[in-house]
Amino acid sequence: MVKYIGKRIVYMFITLVLIATASFFLMQTLPGSPIASYSKLNDTQKAIVEKKYGIDKPKPVQYAIYMKNLAKGDLGTSFAFKGKSVNDLLASRLKPSLILGAQAMVFGTLVGILLGMLAALKQNTFWDYGSTFFAILGISIPSFVFASLLQYWIASEWQLLPVGLWNDGWKSSVLPSLALAMGPLALSARFIRTEMIEVLSSDYITLARAKGANGFEIAFKHAFRNALIPLITVLGPLAAGLVTGSLVVEQIFAIPGIGEQFVSSIMVNDHATIMGTTLLFSVFLIVVIFIVDILYGVIDPRIRLSGGKG
Amino acid sequence: MRKEFEIEQLPQEDFERITIDSDKAERIEKPSLSFWQDAWLRLRKNKAAIVSVFVLVLIVLMALIGPHLNGHAGDAQNLRHANLPPKIPGIEQMGIFDGVGNLGGKKVDLYEMKKVDEYYWFGTDGLGRDLFTRLWLGTQVSLFIAFVAAAIDVVIGVAYGLISGYFGGRTDDIMQRIVEVLIGIPTLVVVILMIMIMKPGITAIIIAITITGWIGMSRIVRAQTLKYKSQEFVLASRTLGSKDGKIVTKHILPNMLGIIIINTMFTIPNAIFFEAFLSFIGIGLQPPAASLGTLINDGYKVMEHQSYVLLFPALVISILMIAFNLIGDGLRDALDPKMKD
Repeated sequence: MVKYIGKRIVYMFITLVLIATASFFLMQTLPGSPIASYSKLNDTQKAIVEKKYGIDKPKPVQYAIYMKNLAKGDLGTSFAFKGKSVNDLLASRLKPSLILGAQAMVFGTLVGILLGMLAALKQNTFWDYGSTFFAILGISIPSFVFASLLQYWIASEWQLLPVGLWNDGWKSSVLPSLALAMGPLALSARFIRTEMIEVLSSDYITLARAKGANGFEIAFKHAFRNALIPLITVLGPLAAGLVTGSLVVEQIFAIPGIGEQFVSSIMVNDHATIMGTTLLFSVFLIVVIFIVDILYGVIDPRIRLSGGKG
Repeated sequence: MRKEFEIEQLPQEDFERITIDSDKAERIEKPSLSFWQDAWLRLRKNKAAIVSVFVLVLIVLMALIGPHLNGHAGDAQNLRHANLPPKIPGIEQMGIFDGVGNLGGKKVDLYEMKKVDEYYWFGTDGLGRDLFTRLWLGTQVSLFIAFVAAAIDVVIGVAYGLISGYFGGRTDDIMQRIVEVLIGIPTLVVVILMIMIMKPGITAIIIAITITGWIGMSRIVRAQTLKYKSQEFVLASRTLGSKDGKIVTKHILPNMLGIIIINTMFTIPNAIFFEAFLSFIGIGLQPPAASLGTLINDGYKVMEHQSYVLLFPALVISILMIAFNLIGDGLRDALDPKMKD
């Protein structure tokens, strides 16, 4: 186990170094220049600006400096927000994204689990078909389509909730969270349904039934727990989906979060911020997948982590 | 006793003496079904999948012939005809799609007001381009990107997985270490970085989607190869003198076609999503090219007053994704031998 965790940490480290290196050199080949917005400067002024941001040095030197700062946790200085460090920029935008992500995750998985259980317990009835259809919709309809429709009907037509921005307390977070929650909801509903049906047909459930346990007890006390374990495996894809979703959903609802920052940095060629956000997303996803793998081994001891196959 | 009596009354000539023919004892009455016939029988029972196949065929057909149906070109601008709501001959009498739109809060027949005689079935955009034609042109582009990306994923993924699994040893070790590092990189991040350094366009999107897309397929194919390569039929073929290439293509690959097909069916909607996603946040296809993503982006901008611009591409992409997912589910149930009852 310790050996496995050690090996995984080494891989995570290599992956991150690779991502940092790749994004650094990819940034250099970008067609736009970060100081393009300073176009009215003459050559001397340009040289001063370039010197200030350290982009006058040769590329390998820049790379070495960047990696050295990165090791200290310093993501560099933003070009677009003059002189502001990327760390501060991202830190100031972390809160809305975290709130939205957490709300979407909790709401989505809870409702998804309930829907999935309902479908499994009432297999081949109206409830089953209804929730299965709902899950297919959730998986199929792109988050930005769903978000636009929510914004159009609920915020714009019926004016029940704010159209966007982050200045109306909890109300601002309802629609974006809902839009983000569709993915986790649909995925967990489908997953729990399959697992519950399998568990419900196993011998120990028959035994519990033979001993006279009632339906409620069987569903929640016996079946549910075992059906829940495999749900951990989809946490990785769920987290990835949330990050992808947050880019567009934050954009649509004008939420000052990390996703919105990423998209707008791309638009203005703010290299340092793009690299910083890329790394932040990567660290988040890699750590989630790592935790999932470890958790899975802890919860279900039948899974041998040291096995090399698969 | 009455019954026996009745039986004796039955005419003798209606009966024929039969003997047990030991040659036919082993004969199988039902025709034997191949794997694919069996799969087709099961797929046919899945109504959702069959309906989805028809819907999908319909959308593909419309993507091909739709742009030529009403005589408007997809990039022809006519500012006099800008921002017209949908108007369809025949249905207009029913009070929908009758060319009535909002103008300063009042319902006005914009076609009458602007003296337009033509019909724009799904309306026009801010530049007066016909949205019906553009919708199907966009669908064409989105489907093209999705199919090409999926095909490349399959080719690379299958080849990589087969080589890694079949040859094993040092080759496998090196190839799997590469995969282990690559799989840690979030798809979204790679796709966006790749798209940023390339000239925006169809090729850039396809390359961006395929650059990590093949990894899932390669892992599945490798696991399957490992399973099959140690089985007797492979050993038999090798004993009879088959070369590696023949064993892989004739014996191992056909056995996992089912799993490859299932996986491809889930790759395609994924590619459609990523294309639309990239175009929606503005780094995918650039105007005047149309794809479902750019059309949704255009529609989103004017959603407040002309919701029809958003509605139709949003509907098409949703139906397309639902159809692919349902077909994928159906194929998985039909082709996966583990589900066999």
